[in-house]
Amino acid sequence: MATVDFSIGIGGEAGQGIATPGDILARIFARRGLNLNAYNAYQSIIRGGHTFLTIRASDGPVRSMGDKLDVLIPLNQDAMNRHLRLMGTGTCVLFDVDKIKPGTAAEGVQLCPLPTKQLTTGNKLAGNTVAIAATLQMLGVEFKALEDALTRIFKRKGDAVITENVGFARAGYDYATANFKPFPFKAPDLGKGNAVLTGNMALAMGGVAAGVKFYAAYPMSPSTGVLMYMASHAQQLGIMVRQVEDEIGVMNMIIGAAQTGCRAMCATSGGGFALMTEAIGMAGMIETPVVCIDVQRAGPATGVPTKTEQGDLWQALGAGQGDYPRLIVAPTDQLDAFRTIPELFNLCDKFQCPGLVLSDLLISEGTASVDPKELNFKTKIDRGEIIFPEAIVNGQAQNPFGGANDNAYLRYKNTESGISPRAVPGVMGHIHVAATDEHDEDGTLISDEFTNPAKRRMMVEKRARKMEAVLADIVPPKLVGPETAAVTLVGWGSTEGVIREAVEKLASEEGIVANQLAIKWIVPFHADEISHLLVRSKKIIVVENNHSGQFARYLRSETGIAAHGHIRKYDGEPFMPHHIIDAVKEQLAGKTELSVPTHEIQV
Amino acid sequence: MSSIVEPTITTTSVAALVKDTYKGKIHPDWCPGCGDFSVLSALQTALFELGLKPHEVLVVSGIGCSSNLPGYINTYGMHTLHGRSLAVATGAKLGNHELKVIATGGDGDGYGIGGNHFTHTMRRNIDLTYLVMDNQIYGLTTGQTSPTSRKGMKTKSTPHGNVENPINPIPLAIVGGATYVARGFSGKQKHLVELIKGAIQHKGFSLVDIFSPCVTYNKDNTYQFFNPRVKILEEQGHDTSDFHKAMGKGYEWGEEIPIGVFWKRTDLPSLEEHEPVLDEGGPLAFRKLGISDEQAQLLVSELL
Repeated sequence: MATVDFSIGIGGEAGQGIATPGDILARIFARRGLNLNAYNAYQSIIRGGHTFLTIRASDGPVRSMGDKLDVLIPLNQDAMNRHLRLMGTGTCVLFDVDKIKPGTAAEGVQLCPLPTKQLTTGNKLAGNTVAIAATLQMLGVEFKALEDALTRIFKRKGDAVITENVGFARAGYDYATANFKPFPFKAPDLGKGNAVLTGNMALAMGGVAAGVKFYAAYPMSPSTGVLMYMASHAQQLGIMVRQVEDEIGVMNMIIGAAQTGCRAMCATSGGGFALMTEAIGMAGMIETPVVCIDVQRAGPATGVPTKTEQGDLWQALGAGQGDYPRLIVAPTDQLDAFRTIPELFNLCDKFQCPGLVLSDLLISEGTASVDPKELNFKTKIDRGEIIFPEAIVNGQAQNPFGGANDNAYLRYKNTESGISPRAVPGVMGHIHVAATDEHDEDGTLISDEFTNPAKRRMMVEKRARKMEAVLADIVPPKLVGPETAAVTLVGWGSTEGVIREAVEKLASEEGIVANQLAIKWIVPFHADEISHLLVRSKKIIVVENNHSGQFARYLRSETGIAAHGHIRKYDGEPFMPHHIIDAVKEQLAGKTELSVPTHEIQV
Repeated sequence: MSSIVEPTITTTSVAALVKDTYKGKIHPDWCPGCGDFSVLSALQTALFELGLKPHEVLVVSGIGCSSNLPGYINTYGMHTLHGRSLAVATGAKLGNHELKVIATGGDGDGYGIGGNHFTHTMRRNIDLTYLVMDNQIYGLTTGQTSPTSRKGMKTKSTPHGNVENPINPIPLAIVGGATYVARGFSGKQKHLVELIKGAIQHKGFSLVDIFSPCVTYNKDNTYQFFNPRVKILEEQGHDTSDFHKAMGKGYEWGEEIPIGVFWKRTDLPSLEEHEPVLDEGGPLAFRKLGISDEQAQLLVSELL
């Protein structure tokens, strides 16, 4: 059980330096072994607008941004005006008294005016340092933690800069000691450090663990973080990273690299994914394994580039024309994202098909803490039935180069499993063409003068047959919570954490017994297992971040089960636990079957 | 500027390679008289004469009549999507830079739908050979205007005459960063073989735009049209290192149309030579997967 659970909100305009204090706080909490979630609400703007970073830390599990704020640090008047109304009894608001007027706070809110100009001797860049120093003092964090963090951050700028900034921090810390009332709890130090990472870093690191040798991308929010991680580690890890002219080029290029035997990956968002889809079909047709990450953002078209949504489910299901086997997986959090990529690569290699990852802004740009021991790079690697040049078996064959009418090797052999051993270019005696036209077992086109219904049927069935075995390789979803619950909350991908918190709070605060079914694998879909679990549910409510209930529709198409209720949010912001709790209560009371929670934080 | 060593081509035991070694599994389904037959034959001859082993060559095409070529030649092949051959070929070359990667296709595939990839592949100067069978028409879709159709040309999609200006691939490629820019003609096969051999041996991006007449749908740009007009640059003492002369020759069009190598420079490294990741360790595709414990520890320590 958690003994402390607090959240700090820092608001201001883009360019005011919110990321750095946010990072300092996150790392200080993680170094004490606290669990962490940070979510940044921002706009597609480089300077100006309103950015609001929420950092939540606890010694218990932290699975979402939570419901409340304990500390507000408004860096400008706008941030004060927007968020002061969210602050309740026992919270505090730290602000630069020279710049910002507090307005009317609710009863029990401690207003903490900081004479920033005096404390920083006029240094305009140091205001944020003073505010976080005061915050840490009030949270009972010893000054040394901050001193260490500042020393690390300013290391490259030299001792003078370190000394100056530590001085400002000291002034803020001491001012808080003398003038503000500390919180009744202290942020504990659990004596072990946690690692801090974003979902995009986790996805990239998953690629590293999987042995990705080729990564290509076209920058697109909110997926660019994967490119940035890959690019900054490329030389050190021996990964070819390319920024390509467009997403069409990206997908085609990684397919080219994958065809030669590389593990190849790319990430984009919905718009870029739309451009890739024809080529994803090519990967299906020529049976070349690639992994593509779609970090969903609010659509359609350009949509809201900096806001989250789960709106691309049917785009992924329908990516590319025609029928072809593909795998689709929606990781549930940052650590799961790290683990999913190697698992998906193994399946793609084994079944020789494209693998699609549905992340979203919430996971990808969200920050989480993980136990560093969980970041295991020694993952299982299974390349499936692949033939590399080292495996030349028929180097002594009469015609080592293959040639006209030589069918010793059939790239698309019609096997029982549908999986045909895949030789990469460079292997003697295995020459073939990988063609996007329908082809025969040897790769010869059957779509032009040789069109043949029987062969077409055989090849469609061969490819489709591969999918029959995939389900056995992946873990089916499990029901979390009591089987006899009054309501089952079903979600997919990134909502797992917030739904879990809602379920726990429903039990502890509302006396409502709920359970949860979190779906990760979309294709293949454990239709039998899921049906088996859901037919016993008293009330099924699907929770998802889109307008039309894309997952509810998919659930019905695959299982015939129509949910009794829906909780949908499509305002660009993620669910907070109370959104779900309030919606469950109104639906259990029979007031509605569709709840659309209002996001109270003005961002 | 770094000096570039001409790539050494491994000659295998001649006994193992004969010209028929490069014959594909099936006979081309092109129309009788199609210029593409000559291009295919020229490519096979070039590979044979260079002693390249079929399994060390990857031919990547897009979609269209000419893009069916990989099926007719005994090398590794990819028959990709319309317009995408260069993007796929780039990935393949970087995945295994020891392969000889040759992209083939038509004018619509390369200069129309694939125009964006064409532009960016040239500026990268990746070591690819690109053979464009330019028939100035969309053949497989039965005769519509193409990016290289001349102004005024009547096609099924321009029944009153094409009002758009055509692309001129030669100056476009010279300006775009290709480091070997040539034009051939199906009717001059021996010359074409030399152009293709030069392109394959060139370290960097090479374009060979080939007049490859469509005998079915293009009644303007026929063998009869080209035969008296084409003039071989190599017979005229053209200086391929002179940028302005190359551009000038590229714009010549009329009673005389130059074919041959317009532009060649060997002083620029290719993309693979620029990439430190490829410095050692052989092809990316064949390297060991995963990272060392020390590397893993370093990555985790960045997060603490």
